[in-house]
Amino acid sequence: MQEIKVIEIKKSVFAENEKDADTLRVELKNKGVCLLNLMSAPGSGKTTTLIQLINRIKDKIRVAVMEADIDSDVDAVKIKEATGVPSIQLHTGGMCHLDAEMTRQGLDNLDLKNTDLVILENVGNLVCPAEFDTGATCNAMILSVPEGDDKPLKYPLMFTVCDLVIINKTDVMPYFDFNLERCKKNILMRNPHATIIPVSAKTGDGMDTLAEWLRGKLHC
Amino acid sequence: MHELGIVFYIIRDVKKVAEENHVERVSAVVMDIGEVSTVVPHLLTDCWRWAADKEELLKGCELKCNIIPAVTWCDDCKQEYETVKHGKTCPHCHSENTWLLRGNEVEIKELVVSS
Repeated sequence: MQEIKVIEIKKSVFAENEKDADTLRVELKNKGVCLLNLMSAPGSGKTTTLIQLINRIKDKIRVAVMEADIDSDVDAVKIKEATGVPSIQLHTGGMCHLDAEMTRQGLDNLDLKNTDLVILENVGNLVCPAEFDTGATCNAMILSVPEGDDKPLKYPLMFTVCDLVIINKTDVMPYFDFNLERCKKNILMRNPHATIIPVSAKTGDGMDTLAEWLRGKLHC
Repeated sequence: MHELGIVFYIIRDVKKVAEENHVERVSAVVMDIGEVSTVVPHLLTDCWRWAADKEELLKGCELKCNIIPAVTWCDDCKQEYETVKHGKTCPHCHSENTWLLRGNEVEIKELVVSS
């Protein structure tokens, strides 16, 4: 007769991924590579911001980009054409986020010996990417003005896990009911240590400050 | 939205435990799901049915979700309150100096197995 028994586990389903992510973080540190995980809602201007940013730092920092999307390679092609830096496309196969193992598989396709900074453009989504540690050295997110200054209240985890919050599309601020000070207060309530940089990727306003922040992170 | 990814994690963890314990069949996986964990239990069980039936070990295996109520602690008046009802602001003293005590769990509690 078969014996039925109960095995107690009591373990978070994220525990394995967090272990993988910590291992990846240490490996990248030993290789002298910084991995920046960039997250946001779809349409916040991630790709445009990246192009502006990379063109400001690429003379001193060797950058590579990993674009993660459910499908298509439009973003990877756009980055390569506009900046000339190596750019690869990762497909998540329907999944709404990347985890540490998927990130590692992506990194295997890059020449890390000749790279200082890898920017991972995560799937456009304010919920799931915040739940899954990718092994990144640093987490950043973009909040664009049309989305509203109340987003940190609605998606608290995303703002809690990010070291940097970029507020994009400041050029359209006059047309929206967006209060920058209220937005900053909402972000800092969730994450008192967050750095907040307002930019317009379209006009270039604030992009030098952003480039400076990134250079500081890389100590160069 | 991320329930399918979480189901793949559960399957990976369950397979590992089953192997370590020489288990032939898992008849139920019991989860503790926090009320504010952002995991939707019925979506999780839907994804589970689809993915688990593809695994020999988990064919017909049931996923049971225990819901853990969310409770927040107010650091100013030192009292607990229900998170879902009151959110970030303490209903006793109206402070926002508050922290989630529990309700964020996405844990595998136990497996019911036969060997």
